[in-house]
Amino acid sequence: MNIVAPESLIFWTTIIFLLLLFLLRKFAWKPILGAVRSRETSINDALEAAEKAKLEMQNMHADNEKLLQEARAEREAMMKEARELKAKMIADAKEDAKLEADKMVAQAQAAIESEKKAAIAELKQQVASLSLEIAEKVVKHELSDSDKQMKLVNEMLGEAKLN
Amino acid sequence: MRLTQTLIGSLALMFFLLMPLKGTASDPNQNDGDGKFDPKELINSHVWDSHEFHIADWSGHPITLALPVILWTENGLTIFPSSEFHHDNSGTTVVEANGQEFVKYREHIFYADRFDKEKFESASTMGRPFLYEDRPLDFSITKTVFSMILVSLLLILIFGFAARSYKKNKKAPKGISGLLEPVILFVRDEIAVPNIGTHKYQKYMPLLLTIFFFIWLNNLIGLIPFFPFSGNVTGNIIFTLVMAVIVFIVTIFSGNKYYWKHILAPNVPKALYPIMIPIEIIGMFTKPFALMVRLFANITAGHIIILSLVGLIFIFETAAISPVSIAFVLFMSVLELLVAALQAYVFTLLAALFIGQAVEEHH
Repeated sequence: MNIVAPESLIFWTTIIFLLLLFLLRKFAWKPILGAVRSRETSINDALEAAEKAKLEMQNMHADNEKLLQEARAEREAMMKEARELKAKMIADAKEDAKLEADKMVAQAQAAIESEKKAAIAELKQQVASLSLEIAEKVVKHELSDSDKQMKLVNEMLGEAKLN
Repeated sequence: MRLTQTLIGSLALMFFLLMPLKGTASDPNQNDGDGKFDPKELINSHVWDSHEFHIADWSGHPITLALPVILWTENGLTIFPSSEFHHDNSGTTVVEANGQEFVKYREHIFYADRFDKEKFESASTMGRPFLYEDRPLDFSITKTVFSMILVSLLLILIFGFAARSYKKNKKAPKGISGLLEPVILFVRDEIAVPNIGTHKYQKYMPLLLTIFFFIWLNNLIGLIPFFPFSGNVTGNIIFTLVMAVIVFIVTIFSGNKYYWKHILAPNVPKALYPIMIPIEIIGMFTKPFALMVRLFANITAGHIIILSLVGLIFIFETAAISPVSIAFVLFMSVLELLVAALQAYVFTLLAALFIGQAVEEHH
């Protein structure tokens, strides 16, 4: 090993290295590391913001889905209600109609009954008066001859027996 | 045909690039005097530091960039260009400056009157640089220091430009910042945050980034074999020593109470304290020591292997071996590109790990 003037190299190496360290630290490492760090921060921030936006989008999507679901359910409920209402209305109408019809039939029957009664009563009256008239005429006619009166009485008696 | 042209072109380029090596090999100062090629000297001259920047050789004369020699002598600060030694490394050319005389022997500068070749050669390899009674303190801009300055300027230029583009462009990075940002983020997310923790890492980011890119670019520059690159900075143990010491200082000054409690009052029976505390204190120093040696050894080894493979051509004294050399050098160079990034990564990772251990909170 042939070391030439160790003091020279120790002196100059120390001076040069310290000077180099100082200069590079001031003019190179600090600006470069600072720029790299700030760029890394901005990239991280951007990535985080993107992630957040993605999450928000997902939330919004879920919200939309929920709203849609709700609307669908509501529509379903409304439809069901309407259907029920319709069925009920039809049933009610049927019921009403039936009642009305029954009532009308009853009334008609009652009217028919009373008309019938009146008619029968009138018929009876008329038959009675007719019978009396006939009887009067017959009597007037028949009773002009005593034979005939007798014959009639017999006939009538005979008939009465047959009844 | 185009392929053949490219092949011939690359071979010609290789020979051109190898020219300085050949020149060095024929340099009489670096040989044992018998003109024989000495691979050890060749490798040493490229791996170790020097006071001048060797560019090429032209008809036997070396072309160099004269770097300033800055000495702290007994007469005060003395500065002169290294060209005044006229490429002499044998201690014969005497340079007069500031009323004193200097010689250069194997890249060590001595006072001319006190230089003793026998004493230098008999000193141990590790002891040679510390013969301070015979030499002035040397604060020269050597080839390594020159390379370091070059790398620093390149880094300031590149990252200053990248930082400016961030001011204009607030969107995704493009151009140079698009190239560098993944690496910066790698240092932050794979090195700093896992080892230091999310809350405290920011304070250490400038240090870790500077260490990473400084070491990486120095490693890469060392692999480019021509001027003004090729300076072996990270393969210099003094450089790695300073880097490791900086990490060590930052670690101990960042240390919280848990860190110091772990060292000075570890969670073991009191009877074991005489063993545990010295072990923990040694551990404080072995960590940066490992940092220093790992980087130095890896880079130096890579350079030595590449130079040895190129040296094969000159050891066998035939160009016929060059295809083998070139193939292996290409393979090693590509491997070294990986090692350059890997060692910068490992150094930064371990620095972050040590700091992380010092600032860790225990519950």
